[in-house]
Amino acid sequence: MIPSERLDATFLALADPTRRAILARLAKGQASVAELAAPFEMSQPAVSKHLKILERAGLVSQGRQATSRPRRIEAAPLAEASEWLERYREFWDASFTRLDGLLAELQSPASETKN
Amino acid sequence: MSAPLSITMPSDREILITRDFKAPRDLVFACWTQPPLVRRWLTGPDGWEFTTCEIDLKVGGRYRFVWKNLDGVSMGMGGTYTEIAPADRLVSTELFDEDWTGGETVSTVDFVEEGGKTRTLNRVVYSSKEARDGALKTGMAEGMEAGYRRLDQMFAERVAG
Repeated sequence: MIPSERLDATFLALADPTRRAILARLAKGQASVAELAAPFEMSQPAVSKHLKILERAGLVSQGRQATSRPRRIEAAPLAEASEWLERYREFWDASFTRLDGLLAELQSPASETKN
Repeated sequence: MSAPLSITMPSDREILITRDFKAPRDLVFACWTQPPLVRRWLTGPDGWEFTTCEIDLKVGGRYRFVWKNLDGVSMGMGGTYTEIAPADRLVSTELFDEDWTGGETVSTVDFVEEGGKTRTLNRVVYSSKEARDGALKTGMAEGMEAGYRRLDQMFAERVAG
């Protein structure tokens, strides 16, 4: 996936409250599908569907133990998503400061439009 | 002394961003709506280029902003103006190309002048509580709040200097 597609997948995965709750649970340690389904009033297949979306986004990976196949949280895509948001924040940060400068310039005695 | 930037959540679908500028509101409104002026400040962080700034300032008119960085990464957004009261209020829809807000948001910017200063109140309404929380829980709120604190600090330093 190209970076913007990966971000789309990450944000799509994070857009759902159940998937965020699954991630929050996995942040505490790996868990099987049955363990993940327990707190939700949801069938294991329904939870598996959410896990598939999280796995596609690279946010969750499967362990190798044959039967339970515990799921683990993957940190890198989340870090990438927050990096993107950091860039967004920096964007507004710099923009507002520039607007201060522009307004000061437009009101300076040298400006012919406004005093 | 100008009031610090603030971000609040007046309801479960909204974010309110408030900021003071040392200028009369007709000037602040112009900087928000006239492409030659918008191009001067909405340019993004260092290394980003404001490649597209199109504004059709009429009700039903569209705007389109695109920025690119040196790596060729582009970020675009656009929408439609739904209410225009010059120097007083600007209402528009907003949608980022990377739709991380869970659908279109509606932005209402009020320009309130007092004592030669203008307070801008930007109310962003999300399509649902889930959409707003989805954007917030991924770290936007924390990031924005940190940004505003940094900006406050910069203003304080500028005033002190």
